Amino acid sequence: MNKVGQSEVRVDGYDKATGRTKYYEDRMPADALYVRIKHAEKAHAIVKSIDTEAAMKIPGVVKVLTCFDVPDIPFPTAGHPWSMDPGHQDVADRKLLNTHVRYWGDDIAVVIAENEVAANQGVRALTVEYEELPFVLDAQKAMEDGAPLLHEQYPNNILKHTSNRLGDYQNAIKEEGLIKVEGWYDTPTVQHCHIENHGCYAYEENGRIVVVASTQIPHIIRRVVGQALGRPWADIQVIKPYIGGGFGNKQDALYEPLCAWCSTQVGGRCVRIDCAREETFVSNRVRHAIRFHIISWLRKDGTIAARKVECFSNQGAYASHGHSIVAKGMGSFHQHYPCPNMECDSYTVYTNRPVAGAMRGYGMPQASFADESNIDECARAVGMEPMEFRRKNIMPQGYKDNFSGNVNYYDTYRECMKKGAEIIDYERKLKEYANDTGKIRRGIGMATFWYNTAVYPISLETSSNRMLLNLDGTVTMQCGETEIGQGADTAYAQMTAEALGLKSYKDVHVVSCQDTDITPTGLGAYASRQTYVAGFSIKQTAELLKEKILKYACEVTRQAVANMDIEDGNIIRKGDKQVLMSLKELAMTAQYNPVHSEHITAESTYTIRNNAYSFGCTFAEVEVDIEMCKTKLVRIVNVHDCGNLINPALAEAQVHGGMSMAIGYGLSEQLIFDEKTGKPLNNNLLDYKLSTFMDHPNLEAYFIENPEPTSPFGTKALGEPPACSGAPAIRNAILNATGVAINKNPINPHVLFAEFSKAGLINDPWTEKEEK
Amino acid sequence: MYDMKALYEAESVEHAIQLRLEHPEAQIIAGGSDVLVQMREGRRAGKELISIYMIDEMRGISIDKDENIRIGSLTSFSHITRDPIIQKYINVLGEAVDQVGSPQIRNIGTIGGNTCNGVTSADSASTLHAWEAIVELTGKNGVRRIPIKDFYIKAGTVDIHAEEGEIQTAILIPKTSYENTYGHYIKYGMRNAMEIASLGCSVNVRLSEDKRTIERARIAYGVAGPVPMRVPSAESVANGSVISESLLDEFALAVLNDINPRNSWRASRDFRLHIAVEMAKRCLAESIKRAGGVI
Amino acid sequence: MSQYKVVHCNINGKDVEKVVDVRASLTDMLRNEYHLTSVKKGCEVGECGACNVLIDGEAFNSCIYLAVWAEGKHIRTLEGLVGPNGELSDIQQAFIDETAIQCGFCTPGFIMTAVEILEANTLYTDDELRKLLSGHLCRCTGYENILRAVKKTMYRRLGKEIDF
Repeated sequence: MNKVGQSEVRVDGYDKATGRTKYYEDRMPADALYVRIKHAEKAHAIVKSIDTEAAMKIPGVVKVLTCFDVPDIPFPTAGHPWSMDPGHQDVADRKLLNTHVRYWGDDIAVVIAENEVAANQGVRALTVEYEELPFVLDAQKAMEDGAPLLHEQYPNNILKHTSNRLGDYQNAIKEEGLIKVEGWYDTPTVQHCHIENHGCYAYEENGRIVVVASTQIPHIIRRVVGQALGRPWADIQVIKPYIGGGFGNKQDALYEPLCAWCSTQVGGRCVRIDCAREETFVSNRVRHAIRFHIISWLRKDGTIAARKVECFSNQGAYASHGHSIVAKGMGSFHQHYPCPNMECDSYTVYTNRPVAGAMRGYGMPQASFADESNIDECARAVGMEPMEFRRKNIMPQGYKDNFSGNVNYYDTYRECMKKGAEIIDYERKLKEYANDTGKIRRGIGMATFWYNTAVYPISLETSSNRMLLNLDGTVTMQCGETEIGQGADTAYAQMTAEALGLKSYKDVHVVSCQDTDITPTGLGAYASRQTYVAGFSIKQTAELLKEKILKYACEVTRQAVANMDIEDGNIIRKGDKQVLMSLKELAMTAQYNPVHSEHITAESTYTIRNNAYSFGCTFAEVEVDIEMCKTKLVRIVNVHDCGNLINPALAEAQVHGGMSMAIGYGLSEQLIFDEKTGKPLNNNLLDYKLSTFMDHPNLEAYFIENPEPTSPFGTKALGEPPACSGAPAIRNAILNATGVAINKNPINPHVLFAEFSKAGLINDPWTEKEEK
Repeated sequence: MYDMKALYEAESVEHAIQLRLEHPEAQIIAGGSDVLVQMREGRRAGKELISIYMIDEMRGISIDKDENIRIGSLTSFSHITRDPIIQKYINVLGEAVDQVGSPQIRNIGTIGGNTCNGVTSADSASTLHAWEAIVELTGKNGVRRIPIKDFYIKAGTVDIHAEEGEIQTAILIPKTSYENTYGHYIKYGMRNAMEIASLGCSVNVRLSEDKRTIERARIAYGVAGPVPMRVPSAESVANGSVISESLLDEFALAVLNDINPRNSWRASRDFRLHIAVEMAKRCLAESIKRAGGVI
Repeated sequence: MSQYKVVHCNINGKDVEKVVDVRASLTDMLRNEYHLTSVKKGCEVGECGACNVLIDGEAFNSCIYLAVWAEGKHIRTLEGLVGPNGELSDIQQAFIDETAIQCGFCTPGFIMTAVEILEANTLYTDDELRKLLSGHLCRCTGYENILRAVKKTMYRRLGKEIDF
C-alpha cells in the first residue's frame, strides 16, 4: 500500500494527547534568571535617560541593562534565507534595545532578576525620560512631505517602492466604451495569536551560546543572533523544541538575540525571556495593514482591458520582512486575472506602529480581499454573475509566469469553483438571496485566491536531509524544515517510508527537534514550502540510502544491485519478488560485520529551482441582521488544489485552521490604536476578537488533486492558502445579502452600522435630532 | 506568581469582617477573575489581599423565610444557572450570567464579585437592577440591606462600608419582584463567547390575567451609562398598556430619554443608542412571549 | 517576608501536600511543584483556556486560581487520564483519531473541559457543545475536529449512533 496519500495519525499525536510534549518552557532549567523588558510608552521619542537606581534596589534584581548599554550593531530580523548579494540582504535597522523609540512598545531596557516578581517590579521601577517626537500611524500619511521620519536613510518613510508594468495602461484606457470600476480597499493590522507565546532561554556552554527558542527557523536564528551580537555564527547553537504554533510570527528573530546577549551580560548564566500575551500582540510581529487602490477598465463583454493597482503597506517601526510581503501581493494581480495592460505600484512605508512581518498568507489575504472585492464589483458593473465573470477572466490552463517560471498545468481555478459551487448550491442561492429584503437577510458570496509555493526564485530554496538506518531496520530522519503544529513530521515520515520502501510510516523516526549543531542546515517552516521542498531532499537522500543499502546487500546476498529493491522493509529480488533479507538483518549484519562494519547513513542537500502554483476558492453564506448590525456566518466551503495530498486528514485539518483565521480576518480581528497617543488599545485575547468556538459554522474543506509535475510526490503548498480567500468571500456574501459593498475588513458591527446608515438601511431619526 | 504583599484567608464571615478591620488597605478577593488580572497588570501589584473564596457558607441559593430568593455572594455563575430555584422563578438571571466570559470564568466568577467591582458591563447587573434586587452587606454592626440601585455609587465604586468591616454576603430577590414575572436578557457582544458586553439589556414583565395588558414592565441596561441603570421612561410607556406591535416601538424609543452611553473605542455612542432601541424591543417582545402574551 | 503555606489536596487521584508560596497561582503550583507540564500558559488572565484543569469536577483556568485555594480539593490534569501502562482514555484517542491536535498547545485544556462535558452523561446538541467548549482558544484547528472528537466520544459513551 502507498505510504503517501493515507490519513495516518500524527507521529506526535500520543505525546500531545497526553501532555508530555515538551515546549521550550517545559525544558527550562530551574536556575534560569528572568528577563523582563521595559517597553516604551511613547509612539515616537528619543530616550534621554533611564533611572535604574530604584530597580537595582529591589531584592532579587540582578542587573538592569538599557538602550545605552547594547552593542552598536544594527541587525535584520526577517526569517529569510541569507543572500550572498548585499543588495538582496534584509534591512538592518534595529538594535537589541533602542534609544530612538519608534513605536509604543519598543524595547528600551531589561531587568534581569532571580524571580519573576522581582523582574516585574524592577521594570515598573524604571523611570524613563523621553524627548517626545510627533508620530504617524497611517502609511499614506507617513509618505507625505514633512511627516515624522522614523529612519533617516529612508526619506518619506518609504522603505521600498517597486512597480510592475505590462503593456501600455495609459493608452489602453483610451479605448472607447470602457467601464471604470474604482475602489479603495483597507485591510487591518492583525496578529498571529498562536496559543504559545514566543519565548526562549539562553546560556553559555564551552564559550559558545546556546539558545532554546520557540521559533520556526532555528538555522536562521543562529545567523541573526550571531549578527546581532557580532559573534561568528558558529558560536551560536539554536535548539528548537516543539512549538505551540507560529503562523509566521516565529519566522522572525524575536527575542532570541536579546536573550543571548543578556546571558553574556550575567556571566553566561541561563536567562529566560517569556513573552506575555500583551507583548506578543505589540512587540512581536503583526500582519501588514495594506491599503489598495484599484482601477479596473472593462469592456461590455466582460473582458478586462486594463488595470491599475496601488498598494500602500504599513510596515510599522522596523523592516522585518519588509517589502517582500506587499511585493508578493502586488505580484499576484497580473497572474490572477491576466490582463494585457497593467500599471502596478507598491510602497512599503515605515510608521509608528508595531512591526509587521510574516503572517500566514504573506500579503495574499490582503491582496485577495482587495482584488476579489474589486472583481465582484466588476462583475456587477457589466451585469455578469460574479463566478461567471471570474470564469471568463481568471488565469487559464497553460498560463506561464515568466518571472517564476510557474505554469498552471491544470484548469485549477475553474475546477475548484465548479466543485465549491455545487457543494454549496451557489447559483440557486445567489439568485434567491439577491431578492431578499427582510430585516434579516441571507447572502452568498465567493472568492478565489492566487498563491505560489516556496520562495524560488526570489530567494534560495534548499533542503538538507540525513537518514540513518537503525539496527532494527527502521530509519531515523532529520531535516531543517520544522514541525510547528502543521503536521510536517508526519508527512515526512510518510514520504520517507514511500521513498525507501519501508513497511509503514511508523518505521521512520523523524527527529522533530532541530539543533543547529546536529541538524542538517535547513531554512525552517515558512512559505507553505515544507512538504514541497523537503520532498526533494527526502527523495534524493532516500535514493542515496537505498543505494548504500543495496550495495551492502550485494555483498551479503551476491545479487546484483540492479536486481534488488526494497519493499515493505525487506530487500527483495525484483524479478521474482523473493525476499532476500529484512532491513533489520541487513543493518545488523552491516554494523557488526568484523571485516566490513558500516553504519549505513546518507545525507544530501537539494537546491530547488522550481515553484508551484497552489490555487483554490471559498464560498460563504451569511445571514445579516440589519438592525443589530450583525453577520452570522452560516456556511463556509473551501476548495483547494494543492496537488496530491500526502495525508488527507492532516490536509483537511490544516485547511480548517486557515479558514478560521480567514473568518476572523473577515469579521472580527483587528488591532486598534489610540489616534492621540499611538498606544495599542486591545492587545489581549478579550478585546482582540479572535473567533471562538461559537463564532464558526462547521468548516467544510474539499480538494481537487491534480498532481504537481515539479514535485517528486506531486504535492505543493497548503499551509497558507486556506487563509487567503475567506474574508473576501464573506464580504461578497454580505454584498449579496444587503446590496452594500464594504471595502474594508474586518466587517464588524461598527463597520456595518456605519455602512448601513450610509446606505439608508438603518435610519435613526434621533441621530439627526441629537446633532442639532 | 502574583506580586502580592500578603494574603489573609478568611474562614468565616466573622473572620472576614475581622480581617477587614485589621487590614483596612487590603483588597477583598472572591473568585479573583478580576482582582488577580488587575494585580498581574500592575494596577493592584504589591497589595494585600483578603481571600473570602473558601467561605462555603456564602455559597448557595435558597428561599428565605420572607420568600425572598437568597443568593449567597460567592455562588458561581454556573451554579446560579443550574440552580432549580433560579430556573423556576428568575430564569433570566441564570441566562444572563450564562453569558459571562466563558465556561471556566462562569465556574470561578461569583455574583458578589461581579456586583462589588461596580462595573457597568457586568452581565448580572442589568438583570439584578431590572428585578430590584436587594444587596445584603454584613459588617461589625450586623446586616445592612440596600436596593441594588443604591449599591452602585459610580463607576467602580459601590456602597460598602469598609471601615465597618463590611463584605457583601448575599443578593436577595423579593417575592413581589419575581412572582408571576418573566424576562429576557440580551447581551450585545462583538463575538459569541469570551465577551465583555458592548451593551446589556434586561426586561421583565408581569401580564394581566388575560395576558393582553402589561401590568408591570421593568427594563435595565448595562453600559448605557457609568453604572447599570433602570429606564423609567420606557417602563411608564409599557405599564398598564395593551400589548401591541406599536407598543414595542414606543417602549423602545422611550429608552432614549434616559440612557446615556458614551463614546469609547469599544463602541460609539450612536451605535450603542441604535442597538439599545432594538434590544429593548426584542427583549420586551420575548418577555411578553415568555409570560404567555401574544403580540 | 515571603509567606508560605502547606497545601493539601488530591491531584490525579493521589493525596499530596507541598509548601507553597501564597503568591503562586495553581498553574505555578502544578507546573513547578508537581511537574505537571500539560498545564500550559497562553495568556495568564483566563482568556485562552490553555491552563484549564478540573477542580472537584469543574473546569477552571488555573492561572487565575490561587494555589492556596486548592486546599482540600480534587484536581485533575491531563496527566491523570493516562492509564498506568500509558493507556489513553477514549477522549484522548478521539483527539488523535479525529486529527483534533495540531500544535498541541491548547490540547490539554480542551481535553479536560471535554472530560467535564462527557462526565455529565448528557447528549448535547452541536450548539451546546460549542458553548461548553468556548472557553478555549485554538488557532490551528478552527475547532472543527475538536468538535468531532468530543461529539463522537459523547455518542459512544452514551451508546448512541453517531449522527453526522
